[in-house]
Amino acid sequence: MEKRKNPDQVTRLLSGNEAMALGAYHAGVKVATAYPGTPSTEILENIARFQNVYAEWSTNEKVALEVAMGASYTGARALTGMKHVGLNVAADPLMSASITGVKGGFVIVTADDPGMHSSQNEQDSRHYARLAKIPCLEPYDSQSAYNFMIKAFEISEMFDTPVLFRSTTRISHSKSVVRIYSDALNGSTQPGFIRQPEKYVMLPVFARARHPVIEKRIDKIKEYALDCSFNEVIPGNTKTGVISSSIAFQYAREVFLDASFLRLGMTYPLSENLIRKFASGVEKLIVIEELDPFLEEMIRSMGVEVTGKAFIPVTGELAPGVVARLARDHGLEVRYEKEQGELHEVELPARPPSMCPGCPHRGIFFVLARLSKRRKMLTANEKNTTNEPGVIITGDIGCYTLGAYPPLSAMDTCACMGAGIGQALGMEKAGLEDSLIAVIGDSTFMHSGMTSLADAIYNQSKITIIILDNMTTGMTGHQGHPGTGVSASGRQATQVKIEDVVRSMGVNRVEVLDAFDMENLRRAIKSAIDCEELSVLIVRGDCAPVRPRSHASRVVLAESCTRCHNCLKLACSAIHDDDGRVIINSDFCAGDNCGVCEQVCLSGAINIKGRTV
Amino acid sequence: MGTLNIIMTGIGGQGIILASDVIAEAAMVQGLDVKKTDSIGMAQRGGSVISHLRLGNIVNSPLIAEGDADILLGMEKLEAARAVIFLKEGGVALVNNYAVSPSYSKDGIKKYPDDNAVSKIIGFRTEKIHFVEGLKAARSLGNMRAMNIYLLGALSNYLPLTSDAWLISLKSRLPEKHLNVNLKAFKQGQKEANCAGIG
Ligand SMILES: Cc1ncc(C[n+]2csc(CCOP(=O)(O)OP(=O)(O)O)c2C)c(N)n1
Repeated sequence: MEKRKNPDQVTRLLSGNEAMALGAYHAGVKVATAYPGTPSTEILENIARFQNVYAEWSTNEKVALEVAMGASYTGARALTGMKHVGLNVAADPLMSASITGVKGGFVIVTADDPGMHSSQNEQDSRHYARLAKIPCLEPYDSQSAYNFMIKAFEISEMFDTPVLFRSTTRISHSKSVVRIYSDALNGSTQPGFIRQPEKYVMLPVFARARHPVIEKRIDKIKEYALDCSFNEVIPGNTKTGVISSSIAFQYAREVFLDASFLRLGMTYPLSENLIRKFASGVEKLIVIEELDPFLEEMIRSMGVEVTGKAFIPVTGELAPGVVARLARDHGLEVRYEKEQGELHEVELPARPPSMCPGCPHRGIFFVLARLSKRRKMLTANEKNTTNEPGVIITGDIGCYTLGAYPPLSAMDTCACMGAGIGQALGMEKAGLEDSLIAVIGDSTFMHSGMTSLADAIYNQSKITIIILDNMTTGMTGHQGHPGTGVSASGRQATQVKIEDVVRSMGVNRVEVLDAFDMENLRRAIKSAIDCEELSVLIVRGDCAPVRPRSHASRVVLAESCTRCHNCLKLACSAIHDDDGRVIINSDFCAGDNCGVCEQVCLSGAINIKGRTV
Repeated sequence: MGTLNIIMTGIGGQGIILASDVIAEAAMVQGLDVKKTDSIGMAQRGGSVISHLRLGNIVNSPLIAEGDADILLGMEKLEAARAVIFLKEGGVALVNNYAVSPSYSKDGIKKYPDDNAVSKIIGFRTEKIHFVEGLKAARSLGNMRAMNIYLLGALSNYLPLTSDAWLISLKSRLPEKHLNVNLKAFKQGQKEANCAGIG
């Protein structure tokens, strides 16, 4: 590949994700794949805007990693991006990519979510680097995200290894100033696959020979870590030495103003010599890291005395004030005099996340919530009286998970993407008498619902599966998936039709329903739970924010309103209760497109503004 | 200069992130260091949004510690009250005279605070509370979406950024077809706030 000329001093304000995308582009990435997931989504969205890079939304993270792995085998530089839980889905090919190694530089970005801003768990994905015996890089701002990304491809090729590039919500979603190189590396190498079964065909006989190779590889990277440009010592006083990485470094830097710092950009593997050298120059060694004591435990196992998680929590997101307070409480010298300021406790109404006005998921959840078998079961549950069968709704992940919140309360489980169908099947096979309904979004169905549907069909299940098809990946901001027929770069693509998939797999009872037709939804669900056959209902309606809004808002006719408040049970943020009087906010109402509130009103008091009754 | 810490808050759809991007870009144009981070809830629309922004010679953390914000710009009143925890003693609170009631259910929902309650809550931290008429201005401009930039104009009276830097930033961050109305909103916000003794 041709060498970069004079790096130009152009500065830009970039988020961590934008910086990673630009870094990858400037490193000559040729194939980029991802499945969306907060906070990682914008990496691929940004790469998809560059010329001469192939970018795709993959069906799920496992596929995404495999596609990028294949590209790397041809000598092309390849990147795959995902959120932390996505790496769990892709863990199998990750381990294999480690053992085969790469040809073109191969970077796997995982974005963790400390504090669980929008995730179902709070894992520290750095452990995967250790598990897979591959290097882990952690940027600490957008500039380092850009620089490290370029370097990541280089070390991947240098050591014949995939590189785990670990971000977090605050790295991905913070913006800061980045000096960029104006010229992209021209990634025009001709792809070529050289047959090398002993490297690429992991039959036991070949894999056995590869294992010592990857052990030697990690040892070599350890040596490299001693004075590589990812790690930096920032000299300060000799009293306190702080080892830190990622965003935690920025907090520590504010809290321990005069301390010496070892900022680690490569957090796996660690160079023992580097750590010892730094530790020997300071009286007290502390590690400040978010989530698990990943660095701390490795350092302690070197026999170096260190503290960190003795006062920094392993749960939740850190913040500068949090680090300051806990360090001070632990008796450490903290030069951070900011007023924490007590506030008088005032109870303010919460603003819980809710489905958008006009959301196609609202109607179906209202119907589910009000099925008489479910209502009886819920009230009975409170009093613990009856054993009559009710309705259990297993759920999945997406905007529709908001249906679990009151007042809808129409979801009973939510574990990980694609789990709902399997869970319903398990409950059925365990002998539960209740009706079982699994709800799953269209993107989630493509991601990991198809395999469990095959399981249900094969194993003679009689559950009801509702696919909530808003024709996009709503939760993460409207990305394409195979069912949408739109590619990552916005071009038309071959659509995988959900109803065709379901029918061809062997489901006979398949219905496609309009998400805004309440009467029909009610009928279809009742008949599906009453019949002794596996049913799939596809509830289809446009995702509200991507649909042009009609300006005809609905209004409540005060004289007809009996204040039954049925409409409030829809949890629509356009409808609110003003001391018993119901008001529809015309700035928010989705207007003509929805009309669910009009259909649930018992007294005909909701109408379109100006429409004659 | 030391760091100037700004908290901006409101609800999804109000353009808070865009407004804070404009400030950050203007600071960068002017050669300052700047960091910002946005926390958005799960919902695309309607949930609380908070943006932390810090500018100065060197900025480390993008997150502002509680009690350390110099300025709070609340684009919605309830959210302004909620975010006051970040404001330092004696900081400046600019509060848009705009209220959006959280949705739903008659049961268990706490009352939306009236203006007195909002002033009282913010008053625990500062006496410098200014209500700004963003809603009225946006309506008169005929574009609800320009509300954020109107408020940015009001806020600009407190920031050490030149009008050149603002202009370059507004031009680079706003879509061309909405640029004019937004420039107008910005100037109007700046002027009206100034006349009201804000800044
Ligand atoms: C393994 C994994 N990857 C990605 C995500 C992030 N994520 C949460 S929900 C979702 C997709 C939701 O799309 P869809 O099923 O169509 O439902 P919608 O939000 O549109 O209602 C994604 C990508 C996740 N939670 N887990």
